[in-house]
Amino acid sequence: MLRLLTIEFHKLKHNRASKVLSLIYFGLLTSIALIAAIKFEFGNFKLHLADAGIFNFPYIWHFNTYMAAILKFFLLLVIVSMMANEYSYKTLKQNLIDGLSKKEFILSKFYAVILFALVSTIFVFVISLILGFAYSDYNELSIITTDLEYLFAFFIKLVAFFSFGLFLGILVKRSAFAVGAMFVWLIIESIFKGYLFWTFQNAENTTEKVNRIMQFLPLESISNLIKEPFSRLNAVKSAANMMGETFTKSYAVEFSTILIVSFWTFIFIYLSFVLLKKRDL
Amino acid sequence: METILSLKKLDKKYGQVHAVNNLSFDIQKGNVYGILGPNGSGKSTTLGIILNVVNRTSGEFSWFNGKLSTHEALKKVGAIIERPNFYPYMTATQNLNLICKIKGISTDKINEKLTTVNLFERRDSKFKTFSLGMKQRLAIASALLNDPEILILDEPTNGLDPQGIHEIREIIKEIAANGTTILLASHLLDEVEKVCSHVVVIRNGVKLYSGRVNEMTASKGLFELKVDENEEKLIELLKQHSAIDKINKEHETFIATLNTEISSTEINEYLFKNGLVLSHLVKRKPSLEQQFLDLTSNN
Repeated sequence: MLRLLTIEFHKLKHNRASKVLSLIYFGLLTSIALIAAIKFEFGNFKLHLADAGIFNFPYIWHFNTYMAAILKFFLLLVIVSMMANEYSYKTLKQNLIDGLSKKEFILSKFYAVILFALVSTIFVFVISLILGFAYSDYNELSIITTDLEYLFAFFIKLVAFFSFGLFLGILVKRSAFAVGAMFVWLIIESIFKGYLFWTFQNAENTTEKVNRIMQFLPLESISNLIKEPFSRLNAVKSAANMMGETFTKSYAVEFSTILIVSFWTFIFIYLSFVLLKKRDL
Repeated sequence: METILSLKKLDKKYGQVHAVNNLSFDIQKGNVYGILGPNGSGKSTTLGIILNVVNRTSGEFSWFNGKLSTHEALKKVGAIIERPNFYPYMTATQNLNLICKIKGISTDKINEKLTTVNLFERRDSKFKTFSLGMKQRLAIASALLNDPEILILDEPTNGLDPQGIHEIREIIKEIAANGTTILLASHLLDEVEKVCSHVVVIRNGVKLYSGRVNEMTASKGLFELKVDENEEKLIELLKQHSAIDKINKEHETFIATLNTEISSTEINEYLFKNGLVLSHLVKRKPSLEQQFLDLTSNN
């Protein structure tokens, strides 16, 4: 495993585009901290985000993982190009001739994906911890360690998303088209969702029924892992309450979603392997 | 003798195209083999199959008597196919470093091998700045990194200028002289003739011949003859001679193919006694080119 990782790392560390994108990604992750500096002042209305409770433990785990996950597209480019480049440089063929098995080849990419996700997760953990200690109203250990499953969900989310990118990279062999294919797939899922809404328009609990089906689709399940944290914020909640709206939404990380997403991850990696095995290079 | 590679009834179909057809041969340690065939005859496909990048349709092949799985065996093999494929953004040394990691060997030999192929001065230049000849030489260096049991070369001089061709051939000869087993695919006859001891001839994926280069046809040789006049009489006399199989005319020269071994003296004497004086007489073995064309067109 270490051998495969060092092989992959060797390929990445000399590639300027990958290095720059990774640096931008981790730079942007760090910049989550800058949210703390956001202050709005409209006459009497003052909003200082850091004071609004977004950095309170345990809410910070939810908020930061959600924000950090948006940045995953930068790493997607790295992942997809690290796969597609092997085709365009024909180095995949050379790697196999040099004695890497097809299984090892896929595994080396998958290990790299896991490593990227792991480093991102640790990064987010450390930043959240620092921000939390700086701004949180509650610093008891029991509160800090609550809701840590968001970090786990974040990790699973990245692994699944990048595995999808890896698979598309192998499938279409060109980085730009692979990213395009992911976008096309997103549109397909959206159209399907629209179709479901149309089908169930007369039924009771339309949204619930649609979601029950949609939760099994790859991108939808990946985005379901960490739900939007904004309506959970006390400030927003109380504002909504004043207007007579109540939220009864569950924000928890669902175990079933983790299962579905892990299943997709397995499918993507396994299909990549099958595809590589069947192809003549 | 130790068998390094053995192919048994290997078959590959691309849809309708039968690229490799029931191909069997063995590679023994210490010999230099040539796979000879016209373009599109299935040479590269055959090499692709044994190198794990093309899936076979049926048949078997085994490395080192089947003691190792294919990808483990490939770590002991050095191979370059068609075009040199390296990471363009890495330098020569970085590329070779990566190959050492894949093969699981130490990086000690990188400089030595770069020197062998005259690339030591350019070791820190990026691969994308290399000329085709340099790329091909880097490929050879990479194939030599593990001091391979067998070196597989697919059209190693394709697309190179005369100087590049010469350099590559010198390197191959040097490697062969060290006792490394070599398998060389080529459509260039003189390349095979100059370098190889054994040859496998294939056309349309079918094996036409395999064995030693100098035994490729069971030919007794041929005569080239010329006369200043009386050509009809020459043909007449040659036809009457029992040792002569057939007579062809190429421009001014007659080619008489033999079915039994006779010397130039004998044929000269025979013709002179019958009142014919030759202006030109040479006995020679058919060139590999002729044998190759015979094999690939007649079968």
